[in-house]
Amino acid sequence: MSAQTQAEQRPGDAAAAPPPGPAQRIGGLLASPAGRNVGLVIALLLLCLIGVATAGDRFASFDNMMTILRLASVIGVISVGMTFVITGGGIDLSVGAVMALASVWATTLSTQQMAADFHWIVMVTTALMVGAGAGLINGVLTAYGRMAPFIATLAMMAAARGLAELISDRQTQVVTETGLVDFFGAEVAGIPVLVIIFALTAAGGWVLLNRTTFGRRTLAVGGNPEAARLAGIDVRRHTTILYLLLGLACGLAAVMLLARTTAGTSTHGQLAELDAIAAVVIGGTLLSGGRGTVVGTVFGVLIFTTLTNVFTLNNLDSSSQNVAKGAIIVAAVLLQQRVSSGSGRT
Amino acid sequence: MTGPPKTSGPSEAEDVAEPLLAMHDIVKHFPGVKALDGIDLDVLPGEVHCLLGQNGAGKSTLIKVLAGAHQPDGGRILWRGEEVRFPRPMAALNRGIATIYQELDLVDGLSVAENVYLGHERARAGFTARGEINAATTELLRRLGHPEMSATQEVGALSAAGKQIVSMARALSHDAQLIVMDEPSAVLDQEEVNRLFTVIADLAAQGIAIIYISHRLEEIRRIGDRITVLKDGRTAASGLPAADTPTSEIIRLMTGRSIEYVFPDRATADDVSAEPVLEVEGLARKGEFSDVAFSVRPGEIVGLAGLVGSGRSEILETVYGARKPTAGTVRVAGKPLRPGRVGAAMAAGVGFCPEERKSQALILGDAVYRNITLASLARFHRAGFMDNAKERREAAEHTESLDVRPAGVNRPVGNLSGGNQQKVVLARWLLRGCRVLLLDEPSRGVDVGARAEIYALIRGLANQGIGVVLVSSEIEEVIGLADRVLVVSDGRIVAESAAEDIDEHRVLDLVMEGAVA
Repeated sequence: MSAQTQAEQRPGDAAAAPPPGPAQRIGGLLASPAGRNVGLVIALLLLCLIGVATAGDRFASFDNMMTILRLASVIGVISVGMTFVITGGGIDLSVGAVMALASVWATTLSTQQMAADFHWIVMVTTALMVGAGAGLINGVLTAYGRMAPFIATLAMMAAARGLAELISDRQTQVVTETGLVDFFGAEVAGIPVLVIIFALTAAGGWVLLNRTTFGRRTLAVGGNPEAARLAGIDVRRHTTILYLLLGLACGLAAVMLLARTTAGTSTHGQLAELDAIAAVVIGGTLLSGGRGTVVGTVFGVLIFTTLTNVFTLNNLDSSSQNVAKGAIIVAAVLLQQRVSSGSGRT
Repeated sequence: MTGPPKTSGPSEAEDVAEPLLAMHDIVKHFPGVKALDGIDLDVLPGEVHCLLGQNGAGKSTLIKVLAGAHQPDGGRILWRGEEVRFPRPMAALNRGIATIYQELDLVDGLSVAENVYLGHERARAGFTARGEINAATTELLRRLGHPEMSATQEVGALSAAGKQIVSMARALSHDAQLIVMDEPSAVLDQEEVNRLFTVIADLAAQGIAIIYISHRLEEIRRIGDRITVLKDGRTAASGLPAADTPTSEIIRLMTGRSIEYVFPDRATADDVSAEPVLEVEGLARKGEFSDVAFSVRPGEIVGLAGLVGSGRSEILETVYGARKPTAGTVRVAGKPLRPGRVGAAMAAGVGFCPEERKSQALILGDAVYRNITLASLARFHRAGFMDNAKERREAAEHTESLDVRPAGVNRPVGNLSGGNQQKVVLARWLLRGCRVLLLDEPSRGVDVGARAEIYALIRGLANQGIGVVLVSSEIEEVIGLADRVLVVSDGRIVAESAAEDIDEHRVLDLVMEGAVA
């Protein structure tokens, strides 16, 4: 889109920028949606090359690929939801805590065997409802209570984590319902169900953001809430729905985590909010809202999980992983700033 | 360049004293607009020099040039006879020129003394010298005639008048020889204004010059020494005695135009009998406006004239439902609207182009077509899925008929000029279709050529039967474009007239009288 607009720019147009220099032209290329993703693909390929060079076949095997994807799926589902909240001009720090709360709530139900004909689907609905409820509270506090989202969700982060500890009495609650683990731990044509859920969430998120009125409203609300309001969009309701969706994603992520770890605990998802936000921002979604990319977010998640995988295969500890993560975040944001200033957008 | 001392000047009136400040032929361009087109201004030491002019005459730009916030494209500034340049605001301050803007630039969380010495803090070995600045600030407050104010008080707790005193103390702390005040009385009540004038008179007696900007002629007569009138970016008259220049003369100088705008012909012989499409009754919002009533017939343009802050924009936003009224009703085609609901107004066929195009109307980074379809998304989806091709096609039809340049609906709207951005906002409502169109400052930031197009466009919409309400700071625009003019002053409609039966002088008279009362 950007390349096209530059081609259309006529000389003498009052609003036209000076003729683009080589740096700006590269900036313009990188600023186009495809161009941004090219950068992410290159980063991911580089990581894979490092993986192959250092770990050889242990990295470049189908099984390892699936390990990476399975690892990515839980945080991936949250990150897709986070993409919507951030694109809509918000932020949610409570996702990790809400996921832990949902996991604990669901497993408590199952251990208590409330009904004789208890089915694991009850656990799933419980987790989803807990997530959605927390998201709804976040949304209402932010949109109708006019609290800064940073503060409202910070409060939710503390409260949800605390409630999870209270409910579980800080014990790890093993999932006794094998049905749930069997269903979500299964594979379809060699692909883990968790990965399929992640893929479906990402695909659904992409369609929602790019092809529906809901997505268009999200971009408008994040880009200029006052203009959106004056154009007849119910900004407060829309913002609430965004947080609700993210809460729902946290509930789904909790179920996936239950299947992967076969346990619910109040320590699940610690620092998940930072991983999710980092993945979203690296992917190219503007932290200030108004521009978002689900594809970029998926790449952001994959870059981080591949990094973890490569480091683990090389027996490097999590401390050095974190250093690398920090460096990647800084590099990605610096690049994004150059790109957005180069293309003349704000 | 050093002139004779003030007391030994020749007998010619203009040369009584060497001017403290002389600005010659100042020119300043903004993209598409010539904001200043050769302005001259002389200020003598110890005088209160009043700067008058309509909105858009160039007052704000001029004082920003003087303060070093804008760089002039041409002209010379002489300070005490010596040519100077102010590349930064600090450079002007260091020379002794302090500017007090309408939006005061104070930090609410800091104390009075900390605000006064902000940017030139006194410190010893890196530690703030609190006692020293508190004592110095107390002295400055005493000098300003406000010994009751405490230097350690938090600024956020002060009234508007108190904050102004802090700003003045800050100016004095820079040892200012010239203080520029932009409409200082706008936010003050009568008693506070009186005290402000005492302070100004004291400062002038101490030899400090004041440039005083105000719309209130009565104030200018009370404290002003000389007047400079600006008009369309030029100096219309300078050095007029403030005490005895007739009001009619001042208004003539402010309104006589060098640029003629082309206004489209009015529709001939309206059917006056038509039912009003918009009726507003008893509309009020606490602290903003009260008892506002007017109606608009299909095909009619009703103009609201008034100063900034008179309540005209607030009235328009309340009619649109963007603000909730405390009293009153709005009816569209006879049906009352649910108050405070944008959705209800839109559903009834009301469209709104807000005052601040960039912050209130447009998503600047987004494509032109997306900005146009924003208010009609429902038309472009099937089961929630957007039909982008249809969007682009219909948006393009409107950009073509409105001649938005450069063409191409995919470019970010932020890259367009002001006039073309305004056309995009209008296209949004044309695409949606409406019965009533509320336009707040439709020509702000639009260059002269594009203005004529916008005016013709608005008249064309009225001719299609849309009822238009127009708000503008430019009185000539309201009179030239509207069929009927309502004059708003201090939140009330003080006069109503057919546009043919009223002129700029009369409107300005009403507006200024209202502001004085």
